[in-house]
Amino acid sequence: MRLSSLSRPLWTAVAIVIALAWAFPVYWMFNSSFLPNTVLQSTTPTFLPFGGSLDNFKAVFADGTFLQALGISLTVTLTTVVVCLIVAFLSALAISRFKFKGRRSFILAMLLIQMLPAEGMFIAQYKMMSSVGLLNNVLGLSVLYIAAVVPFTIWMLRGFVAGVPAELEEAGMVDGLSRTQAFMRITLPLLAPGFVASGVYAFLQAWNEFTVALVIMTEDQMKTLPLWLRGFVQASATRETDWGMVMAASMMVAVPVIIFFMIVQSKMSSGLVSGAVKG
Amino acid sequence: MSIHAPAPEGHAVRQDPPGEAPESAPAREPRRRRSRVPALLILPTLLILIAALGYPIGWQLVTSMQKFGLTQQFGAPPEFVGFANYAALLTDTNFWVVLGRSLLFCFLAASLTVVIGFLLAVLMKQVGTVARLILQISMLLAWSMPIVAAMTVWVWLVDWRRGVLNWLLTRVGFDAEGHNWLAEPVTFFAIALIIVVWMSVPFVALSIYAGLSQISDEVMEAAEMDGAAGFQRIRYIIMPLVAPVLSIVMLLQIIWDLRVFTQIKLLQDAGGVANETNLLGTYIYQMGVGAGDFGTASAVSVLMLVITVAISWYYVRSLMKEEN
Repeated sequence: MRLSSLSRPLWTAVAIVIALAWAFPVYWMFNSSFLPNTVLQSTTPTFLPFGGSLDNFKAVFADGTFLQALGISLTVTLTTVVVCLIVAFLSALAISRFKFKGRRSFILAMLLIQMLPAEGMFIAQYKMMSSVGLLNNVLGLSVLYIAAVVPFTIWMLRGFVAGVPAELEEAGMVDGLSRTQAFMRITLPLLAPGFVASGVYAFLQAWNEFTVALVIMTEDQMKTLPLWLRGFVQASATRETDWGMVMAASMMVAVPVIIFFMIVQSKMSSGLVSGAVKG
Repeated sequence: MSIHAPAPEGHAVRQDPPGEAPESAPAREPRRRRSRVPALLILPTLLILIAALGYPIGWQLVTSMQKFGLTQQFGAPPEFVGFANYAALLTDTNFWVVLGRSLLFCFLAASLTVVIGFLLAVLMKQVGTVARLILQISMLLAWSMPIVAAMTVWVWLVDWRRGVLNWLLTRVGFDAEGHNWLAEPVTFFAIALIIVVWMSVPFVALSIYAGLSQISDEVMEAAEMDGAAGFQRIRYIIMPLVAPVLSIVMLLQIIWDLRVFTQIKLLQDAGGVANETNLLGTYIYQMGVGAGDFGTASAVSVLMLVITVAISWYYVRSLMKEEN
């Protein structure tokens, strides 16, 4: 389908220029992470990583706080993913396989909760966590993340559960399986892609989250990776900023996300518009 | 990827799997009997949501009617003041400035995002496969970049001493050397706007592109034969067909752009003047975490939640309607 009679080469050129400009910040992070600070301190930017090295990455690893933050981020993220998948799966099962009183209200609540901004709640969450002694606590942060992520995960999984026809299970039951057996052997394996897609979604949300973590994790040794990166920028801004190291650090926060995102993007995107959450 | 009107579900007419049709074989009867199973299944979700959201929102409603001052910082219980915090806010010029600024920023960012996203989606249709893939990959890269990492790069790009932006502007003849964009509220928000639009356009462009891909070639060819020119084709064929997707992404952008906390906070870190660049999120943060005025911060939070729910309501209702 073509929209205009203007020449295709012209539009192709326009598209490529826009693509390059759009990806430039990402490229800039990549490029600079390999360059030594002496090159980056120059007022003339260096656009190609020739003669670069992995020194910046080594320096980030040598800074013990990175591994500490990585550990915290991994713990919070994995807790969120696991608990979220279990809890959301049960709810998804309820709304797609059962009719019950309050089902509509439940779905309505899930949709609305997805829209609530963290900024509208973080003061209250801070005070709550403080009163139950869960400030600077991996469990405390995980609970808040699970609550934030679970509504969309339910919505996503619900689509997958609904996509497995109950007839398949019934056929299994005709063949002599119990309802539970039929479910475990027939339905559950078919839901694997749904678990992967919603698990990755939960992972990305928890891994990238900044706002709630900023409020809840106030101690230095309890920082998640996004907080650590911010702290790293601030600390180096007092001296002459070590942009090489900062960019290497950004790379290490970003690369897992970019890879994950690229893999599941097509699976997630249809759910994004219907489920109303930005990745 | 298929962008469709969100999947309907519900009691009356539903597109759910055949096994769920209301009147069906007795084989599945046990499931529809009144049982405790669904309640048990949703119980964990409800418990977590009540603990992590319900309770704090309740606390917030109560706290928004309490006064926090110096004595509370030393442990005195806060005094109940009814709607005094709200009254104080609504008569405070500064609050209106922040609110107005947030709404203006949100509206500008959302409109720009949707317009640019739409144009890029049309462009993707216009070019060959290779150029389209290049464009799609660069959109995906920008979209998948974690927000703090992206902000870190942007802060450097606009850095007044060694940023690429100033270097580039100087090269093409502007006197931008050493110009600090973040020091002035107007340029601060211009930069913030560019960054937010950069981050949000990919989602919109790819969603609309998916919508466009569902327009059949026959329809476009027929229009071409009828002599519809490029612009007419956009206006009379494409727009109406992608209008549902457009309205959804516009609404979502407005909701999302109302909460640009991270971007603003990190730009403020990098040299913005906090008091003159606050939007709702950073205002609440400054008020509550910074100044310890939990009463006022809660009142602003409650207002923010009300605004968000009011905007989302239309969208959520339309999702629910499709269930009937």
